[in-house]
Amino acid sequence: MKSIQKFALAAAMTGLMAGQAQAATTLETVKGRGHVQCGVSQGLAGFSNPDDKGAWTGLDVELCQAVAAAVFGDSSAVKFTPLSAKERFTALSSGEIDILSRNTTWTMTRDTQLGLNFAGVNYYDGQGMMIPKALEVTSATELDGASVCTNTGTTTELNITDFFRTNNMTFELVAFEKADEVVAAYDSGRCDIYTTDRSGLAAQRLRMTDPDAHIVLPEIISKEPLGPVVRQGDDQWFNIVKWTHNAMINAEELGVNSANAAEMGGSDNPAIKRLLGTEGEFGSELGLSNDWAMNIISQVGNYEESYNRNVGPDTPLQLERGVNALWSNGGLMYAPPVR
Amino acid sequence: MSKSIAFIRTEDAPSLPPPSSHVGWRKWLWDNMFSSMANFGSIGAAIRSVLIILLTVTLLYFGLTVIWSLIKFALIDAVWSDPDTLKRGICATVAQGGVAEGNVGACWPFIGAKGKLIIYGRYPEMELWRVNALFVGLAVGILWMVWERAPFRRQVGILMLTVFPLAAFILLTGGNVHYSSGTWTTFIALTVIFLGGGLVGARNLLGEVMFALSGFFIVFGMFVAAALIAMFVTSLDLGLVHVETANWGGLLVTLVVAITGIVASLPLGIVLALGRRSKLPLISYLCIGFIEFWRGVPLITVLFMSSVMLPLFLPEGVEFDKLLRALIGVALFSAAYMAEVVRGGLQAIPKGQYEGAMALGLSYPQMTRLIILPQALKIVIPGIVNTFIGLFKDTTLVLIIGLFDLLGTIQSTFTDAGWATPVMSPTGYLVAATMFWAFCFSMSRYSLHLERKLDTGHKR
Repeated sequence: MKSIQKFALAAAMTGLMAGQAQAATTLETVKGRGHVQCGVSQGLAGFSNPDDKGAWTGLDVELCQAVAAAVFGDSSAVKFTPLSAKERFTALSSGEIDILSRNTTWTMTRDTQLGLNFAGVNYYDGQGMMIPKALEVTSATELDGASVCTNTGTTTELNITDFFRTNNMTFELVAFEKADEVVAAYDSGRCDIYTTDRSGLAAQRLRMTDPDAHIVLPEIISKEPLGPVVRQGDDQWFNIVKWTHNAMINAEELGVNSANAAEMGGSDNPAIKRLLGTEGEFGSELGLSNDWAMNIISQVGNYEESYNRNVGPDTPLQLERGVNALWSNGGLMYAPPVR
Repeated sequence: MSKSIAFIRTEDAPSLPPPSSHVGWRKWLWDNMFSSMANFGSIGAAIRSVLIILLTVTLLYFGLTVIWSLIKFALIDAVWSDPDTLKRGICATVAQGGVAEGNVGACWPFIGAKGKLIIYGRYPEMELWRVNALFVGLAVGILWMVWERAPFRRQVGILMLTVFPLAAFILLTGGNVHYSSGTWTTFIALTVIFLGGGLVGARNLLGEVMFALSGFFIVFGMFVAAALIAMFVTSLDLGLVHVETANWGGLLVTLVVAITGIVASLPLGIVLALGRRSKLPLISYLCIGFIEFWRGVPLITVLFMSSVMLPLFLPEGVEFDKLLRALIGVALFSAAYMAEVVRGGLQAIPKGQYEGAMALGLSYPQMTRLIILPQALKIVIPGIVNTFIGLFKDTTLVLIIGLFDLLGTIQSTFTDAGWATPVMSPTGYLVAATMFWAFCFSMSRYSLHLERKLDTGHKR
């Protein structure tokens, strides 16, 4: 019986995949539809969040707008689908969305088993820990026996368990369903440590009664490379998303931004000329127009602009570039050249 | 010689007013509050009185503390306006990086800034008049039907059940739906066959069998014809911009889900309840199966199935609106509960009522419509409204499939770092609780009123 069910399921899946293979490419579908459909979170400060008017803003949102600018020359030709963590991958594989840009951590399982491809990393996050200053602790290794507030059912919970086990320390886990509850519990002194991604710590700190009474420990206990995801099996679309992201990083490196993009096309630097499409045919290789990167940069901006607008030091989140700085500034942001 | 009588009372003494402790608020207080704690006649009574006094004082203290801190939070310590658009700064204390002094209560400018989002979701700014028109129409329609001395109540009721849903659909989505030519042909053909066949058959022109079935044909034909009319109206291009359901949100989604659920579940539930009590095994087992299936699964699984699994089963490119999926799920789910409530009412009707109706020569539909249902539904009004209120509150579960109802929208505003302060989420939850309470409480008051109005013979 079991094997029959498996066979039927396999047959159904093959049928589905065959159906997808015969269907139009993602780029054709997107062009026919007239807009990019982008999966975002249901609200995460700095990454994808509705503003007072309900318009989506954030680092992940702007990546989708950049893809729209590359494809249509119009960064507003994008619609957003807010997705819960549970439904995000099915939404992508069922074709409901074209890109998943939802602070999704790039892991091996997700890359190899779900039929998905990660098109890059637009934010290097890592799990951090916040503690009250009053504990007078400077390193996480001094936290033996502490109680830890976190969200249930996330990798954060597993990471903190790993961390305490590797360091041979005991701890008490206090897990809640919603971020609201975790913050409230930590703020009221229910636990000694609040752990989540460092970008999240920065956002939640704003909701503490006395933000200055807490410090974020230097230890980063996990790698959380967050990036846009596309379906496997459509290399053209994969390339478009990957190079949209690369173009934004290259633009920052070359000093091209939304203000000067128009003049920079006439620059003497061949790398800038290739990026902005005044030299070579790089856009058409992607199936796009030659001014694809020009549209991205003039309408959305380079990576630095996007970063500073959404999560940078001048925003309420006040996140320094850190590992997200360009490789030339000691960070991890590195894009292959356009040539 | 007679003794003189010094004083003879010739009229009654004027009646004095009752002592002040026996009238007005003092009497009320005495009767309802203090009489139970002022009896010191015996040791036992004295102990009892002291205990009651202690209990009263303690409870009063806690009750007043809670009410006082709520008032303090919502009114006295609240921040009311944000003239310099400082956003989070206006509601954060100096230590938190803001300008507020001392205790900060509710952050009303935050609700003000998010007000549009909380009521309409991401519905386009330019098209908000459509939602407003709908809200006004809904309010007027409901008030009209609830107010008993209004003229044309019956007609308005019929309009609210026929024209209003269509108008609501067109206003909210923009109408201009494209149906395939196949759909048109099918529905036109079905209408012609059933309505035509029924009308001709009723004149006994198509033989005995058709004559017997003509009633069924006409009723079914009318349903199909109604669907055809609805299709025609929704396919008209009225020049309204199309607004995707993904952009609906807040109170709008809550009301759409709740009202559709309520309106669809009552008739469906009645049919299912009657079906379950049917003597025809096929019908009764079908109804039992349906009811027990939907009662056996949690609503959250139904919603999750409809949003996550369904797209995988559908062929590529076939899109089925997420909100519509949720609406169907909620309607079927609550219909199953409603069916059991109504069945409770049906079972409470004495057998004599059925027999009396049959003795009068009423057919089954007549008996059900005229004798059984009016009595059965009256009995189960509390149960029905209970289900409605439960349904209204269950709408918050649609958040799990990525639809933003009232609560979901309010929660999603908590992630805005621009407004993040410790008072942000208490303020939001206070607003959500107040709005939900207002809706549910008015439903429950109306049901009590209806019970009293319809209570004609069972009062004890």
